[in-house]
Amino acid sequence: MNKYLKIVSASLLAVGFYNAQADTLSDVQAKGSLTCGVSTGTPGFSSPDSSGNWSGVDVDVCRAVAAATLGDAKKVKFVPLTAKERFVALSSGEIDMLSRNTTWTHTRDTSLGLTFAGVNYYDGQGFMVRKSLGINDVKDLDGATFCIQAGTTTELNLADYFRSNKMGFKAVTYDTSAQTKGGFEAGRCDALTSDVSQLAGLRSTLKDPSSAVVLGNVISKEPLGPVVRKDDNTWLNIVRWSLNAMIEAEELGVTSATIDNASTSPGVQRLQGKSGKLNESLGLSKDWSRNIIAQVGNYGESFERNIGMSTPIQLPRGVNQLWIKGGILYAPAFR
Amino acid sequence: MFTKLKSLLYNNEIRAILFQVLAVVVIAYFAYQAFDNMMLNIEQRGIRSGFGFLSDEAGFAVNDNFFLEYSPASTNLQAFYVGIVNTLIVAITGIFSASIIGLIIGISRLSSNYLIRKIATVYIEIFRNIPILLQILFWYSIALNTFPSARNSINFFDSIFLNSRGLYLPKLIAGTELYLVLASFVIGLVGYIFIKKRSDKKHDETGVKTNTIPHFLALVLLLPIVAYFTFGVQLEYPALKGFNFRGGVDLSIEFFALAFSLSIYTATYIAEAIRSGVESVDKGQKEAAAALGLKSSWAMRLVILPQALRVAIPPIINQYLNLTKNSSLAAAVGYTELVTIFSGTVLNVVGQAIEIVMLTMLVYLTISLVISLVLNIFNKKMQIKGR
Repeated sequence: MNKYLKIVSASLLAVGFYNAQADTLSDVQAKGSLTCGVSTGTPGFSSPDSSGNWSGVDVDVCRAVAAATLGDAKKVKFVPLTAKERFVALSSGEIDMLSRNTTWTHTRDTSLGLTFAGVNYYDGQGFMVRKSLGINDVKDLDGATFCIQAGTTTELNLADYFRSNKMGFKAVTYDTSAQTKGGFEAGRCDALTSDVSQLAGLRSTLKDPSSAVVLGNVISKEPLGPVVRKDDNTWLNIVRWSLNAMIEAEELGVTSATIDNASTSPGVQRLQGKSGKLNESLGLSKDWSRNIIAQVGNYGESFERNIGMSTPIQLPRGVNQLWIKGGILYAPAFR
Repeated sequence: MFTKLKSLLYNNEIRAILFQVLAVVVIAYFAYQAFDNMMLNIEQRGIRSGFGFLSDEAGFAVNDNFFLEYSPASTNLQAFYVGIVNTLIVAITGIFSASIIGLIIGISRLSSNYLIRKIATVYIEIFRNIPILLQILFWYSIALNTFPSARNSINFFDSIFLNSRGLYLPKLIAGTELYLVLASFVIGLVGYIFIKKRSDKKHDETGVKTNTIPHFLALVLLLPIVAYFTFGVQLEYPALKGFNFRGGVDLSIEFFALAFSLSIYTATYIAEAIRSGVESVDKGQKEAAAALGLKSSWAMRLVILPQALRVAIPPIINQYLNLTKNSSLAAAVGYTELVTIFSGTVLNVVGQAIEIVMLTMLVYLTISLVISLVLNIFNKKMQIKGR
């Protein structure tokens, strides 16, 4: 009960006494640090190591915004939030931005006073089943019990999918993803359903990973991305274009190692801040995008470092590949 | 004129009232300001407000549902009702079993038998001193890992099944037959109460004690059983089909884990309340009962407990309220009660934290106030009446 009291008092006090503040940039610069809402621990997306350093693709978006606004990617204060707390924390001003594997949905974008700044990972909902069941398709799971995590779009997608296919199901809803895994291991449910990006990680932490298989079916679109408050358009643009700068850099073939190399390409020069005035309308210094790439790296670097094939998560680029390489990752024109 | 005003200001009664009125005005002003500011901010940021979301489609499934109509196509309001019913069911089950366990342990703690006394003490010291959330998680994982899988369910006469997912019972199908059986039960019960009252009256008047146990067996147990077989009530049996048991009534393992943990935890406090109640009864009462030739079990039931309860009821009311509020910890094991459904899933879908958490708090407040009202009435009845 305590937790809910906390939420309501936070929302009452925060929404009640905090007056709309439309200048997040000056606020962040005055504080000297960016307060970024992340998950309580999702390997590869946002999780702290044993010494408390956060890493992950979601964390890198926070770092990119800090590099752009403060010139230092390290000046980020991370606030771990559960799925239930995240939106209140953002709308009340407790955090400056939210970068926490959050699915971009119509309702969230239009009725919470928040705006999604882009997509940094295209995900979808998948299933993991016990190998002994001998099932290769979701359609064979009629009447099965599923373990799911509360407070996510997963619950809704599951119900939608089974309704539209006229199949029955039962769902056991747990608070955390660790409990969801525990329930699956103990046989409380026949299948575990979650975002595909998390299934691989969950499977690798099972006592016997070979006892479970991840099905090929993906039943939903889960575009995950950073979120900001609706009342500050400049800040929205800063977050959106910090992410776009990372994608643009990969497309231009610029990495953290090569960003400071002299180049004749106008696109690279704009990214380096040597030409163009892309900084002015954002209220940032000329080297904002150069700082992002130098300190955080391009999108591909961030991906490979945190969730790529060389990491324990081992996610393929899939649709998260650049559009010129067959994926759907596409930054609007950087000019 | 001035002196008159001054004397008015220094008048004790008027001053007292004046300051109270001032305090109320100041508090009301702050409350109004906070509310006004909140509404203004909500509007400025384009956050949806109001209770319109209650009639939206819920869109998610609920695992535990006892008798309400619910499917993902139902509204959020129906999900809210399912949550309330599930909270009430786990709270009532918990209160009932905690009271019985608590009474037994509380009396055992005062037993003259060394072993029984020590076992009761150890029980209380262990379960009272471990946080309830840990106990819930502990018993849940024990239950999950102890009971067999659905395919290897423990089978009672092919009609009751127990496995790591829950308990599956046959369901009585509503119809004329069922109503006739229920009616025979009610008739039997009323008949027994009538006989019992008459025998008690006879006992009071003449001292002759009639044994009413045969009457009880015949009227309250035998009659409905005979009726059940004569009318032939339809039953729906659970059966394993595909992944799960279908048909019948199912009680999830989450429900059991939660109700069990809440009962054994709260029982320790109830046991202590009962012990303190019994110890508060003057030693002379027990001695007087013994002098009258009452067996010690009778002395406990007729003399000590009625007096002990007077002392024990107020702390027990508190424990009932605690148990009800602690049931919100269900989120940890996935029992779908009010907090899990409404402040969990619905809140996440709709995002209107203020309305949803307020409604949730209102429900808990109402349940708590009702429990406390009912028990306070009971408490008043139990207290010594001035004669």
